Amino acid sequence: MQRIFNDADDIVDEMLKGFLKTHSDIVVKTDNPRVVRAVKAPVDRVGVVTGGGSGHKPAFIGYVGENLCDAVAVGEICSSPTAAAFLDAFKAADGGKGVACLYGNYSGDNMNVKMAVKMAKKAGLEVKTVVANDDVASAPKDQREKRRGVAGEVLMWKVGGAKAAKGATLDEVIAAAQKAIDNTRSVGIGLTPCTLPAVGHPNFEIKDGTMEVGIGHHGEPGIEVCALETAAQMAKRMVDVVVPDYPFVAGDEVVVLVSGLGATPIMELYVLYDEIDRLLTEKGIKTHRSYVGNYFTSLEMMGATLTMMKVDEELKELIDLPANSMGLKQF
Amino acid sequence: MSTFKNADGKKILLKMVKAIQDNKAYLGEVDGLIGDGDHGMNMNKGFSVFESRFADKEFSFTEGLEELGMILLNEIGGSMGPIYGTILMEMAEAGEDLEEISLADFGNMLSAGLTGLCGIVDAKVGDKTLVDALSPAADVIRSSAAEGKDYREALPAMKKAAEAGRDSTKDMVAKFGRSSRLGERSRGVLDAGATSCSIILTAMADGIEEVIA
Repeated sequence: MQRIFNDADDIVDEMLKGFLKTHSDIVVKTDNPRVVRAVKAPVDRVGVVTGGGSGHKPAFIGYVGENLCDAVAVGEICSSPTAAAFLDAFKAADGGKGVACLYGNYSGDNMNVKMAVKMAKKAGLEVKTVVANDDVASAPKDQREKRRGVAGEVLMWKVGGAKAAKGATLDEVIAAAQKAIDNTRSVGIGLTPCTLPAVGHPNFEIKDGTMEVGIGHHGEPGIEVCALETAAQMAKRMVDVVVPDYPFVAGDEVVVLVSGLGATPIMELYVLYDEIDRLLTEKGIKTHRSYVGNYFTSLEMMGATLTMMKVDEELKELIDLPANSMGLKQF
Repeated sequence: MSTFKNADGKKILLKMVKAIQDNKAYLGEVDGLIGDGDHGMNMNKGFSVFESRFADKEFSFTEGLEELGMILLNEIGGSMGPIYGTILMEMAEAGEDLEEISLADFGNMLSAGLTGLCGIVDAKVGDKTLVDALSPAADVIRSSAAEGKDYREALPAMKKAAEAGRDSTKDMVAKFGRSSRLGERSRGVLDAGATSCSIILTAMADGIEEVIA
């Protein structure tokens, strides 16, 4: 295992120390060591919170900042934050108008958020939630409620954060974030497995010369293992999963996000994006804005995810609003 | 009728801690087959935090369960934090006023843990979760108590029931939790939660066997 850390059990806390030092212009620590807040706390507006396991940088902490999330609950690697951390994040983001908790569909996060929302209610703080479920490969279309949240969460935070920044009510923020995720579909292709530092070896296998279509952000097995393909063939495979599921059709305007899974060179993501864009253009689908880079990773896994969100005038305006966080800077 | 003193519970808790520590790597491997492989690591972290805080203190069985449950719930997170946190804290609450814990009391405590768990998750027997280990173990203790058996007969039966429950998850298709996304691909592999639950219940039984009057 060729990795950089001291004691595997301390890796999250030590990462947080470094992150807070580097990005002191964007985030501040709070009384709870596993809760980080944006420098400017919400005042008289809805607060936006997210949270999740570590190892997905820039997610989740990298999306705390101006016009994005206001606070984040940080979990162990690939493991949900505690209910107590979610509750403290709600409190940190409370600007007197309620809190929108926008997170991904994982059983641990669901349980801890549910318990935290209950505790917040007892403390007189109103919290409403949107659960991202954009990963097409994780369940059939008629069981969308079972699908995982993946890189589409970034677009959900962008939209929800922008809506809150514009002074919308809690219900309006929730409705915009829900619309964003309902309009979003993703799929991933994994080329190599990832290793949790504390485990020391990969927990699953992707044989050299093969790739796993539909892989999850924690190495959850995908829908198909096949021979490694060219960028053009991978792009077609991804577009063929994502486009018909929503379905995106000619005339639609979309936001496209191509994220690396951690160890794929970013130049290769641009190769993949060029192929994806070619296919979408052929289909008459217009790209309003695209993001290419490491937006939502899986430790040192190789591979990429494709995320598409259909946008209307409201979503375009929210997506286009400037933002400043470690993971997303838009001016 | 056999009982054990609630005040003698430290030995039982430390046995549970040791069992999880000894099985850290194994649980990680089981979880890695259809999950993300962090189960052993997270359980070990929670149980070891408990050990470092309480190994040199005195506490009863129910106090230990409560403290361990709180650590899992408030400091570990993941799925297993709220799941085991709820089970252990509900067990503790059901037995906290007892000086002597009879077999019937112990059965009630296990049932309370199971009921608490069902309040936060919908899993039932057959869904390939730790319920498959916990539920038959609780059943055996309750029925043994009803039949007037004592701990010496009931505990080996409970261990067997938990292990059989764990093994039953191998042929199941996951209906709940992360592995449920895999459908048929989850068949043929033990459930990590049922595996750790069987380890914990077995260690609990071993510990009780050492302290029964």
